[in-house]
Amino acid sequence: METEFTPLASLSGGVLIGLATTLLMLVSGRIMGATGILSGAIWGPQGRDWRIALLAGMVSGPLVILAATGSFPAIEVPVSTLAMVVGGALVGIGVTFGGGCTSGHGVCGMARLSTRSIVATLTFMLTTGITVYVVRHVLGG
Amino acid sequence: MRLIALYLIGLVFGIGISISGMANPAKVLNFFDVAGSWDPSLAFVMGGALATAFVGYRLVLRRPAPLTDATFHLPTKTDLDARLIGGSALFGVGWGIAGFCPGGALPALGTGKPDVFVFVAALVAGMAAARYAQSMLAANQPARA
Repeated sequence: METEFTPLASLSGGVLIGLATTLLMLVSGRIMGATGILSGAIWGPQGRDWRIALLAGMVSGPLVILAATGSFPAIEVPVSTLAMVVGGALVGIGVTFGGGCTSGHGVCGMARLSTRSIVATLTFMLTTGITVYVVRHVLGG
Repeated sequence: MRLIALYLIGLVFGIGISISGMANPAKVLNFFDVAGSWDPSLAFVMGGALATAFVGYRLVLRRPAPLTDATFHLPTKTDLDARLIGGSALFGVGWGIAGFCPGGALPALGTGKPDVFVFVAALVAGMAAARYAQSMLAANQPARA
């Protein structure tokens, strides 16, 4: 499934992500890491309220795009439902042990020049690339 | 007031994710498909986000404290342990299979698309399983500082 190269939209989106990251640090002094925000919202024990507010805002994003442009952002799924389940579970286990994900380690951690986050990010970028290669070009998926 | 501010911050994040392509598994997987239908767009997402956050953090962290709390809550761990590397490696495998990561999938829930809900349900299940495993491991090491 080919997708269009969209440097401007992607850069703009990235800047907004960075802006939200900065604002959360300014307002609450917290890392804008989706893993910690989600697990804290579900399991707490403290800080459920602000995390739920943050998540509610995140989920509203596509609705704003819909209102502004007339359609939702594209969600094109080139994999099976089983892949979503298996992939989702592995992500859930991985980000819990790894202490973060693309937003927490990749953006926030690297922005702070954290060695842990740089190592984490390089690691998951590498294994994602290997996985995609194996799935698409070795297994023919 | 604070919760409204947090909602708006989440909204900025969600809009950013939506227009960046991070919520689109086809685009995410194509970024990593260097040998195939390569779409470099996500490099621009990372670049834009990192540059902005780097500058933003440098400015904000000069302050003595955030606006609504007494201190900044920054991670303090520094060790490069097996959990960090193993966990991150596993995360990458999952991301490479599904095309979603947590930050990409959560805003995508707003589209109501069933695949997103499937991913997030599995994500939460995986997190729950890992948290259980972590608590079992911690229980077996009472002397660990």
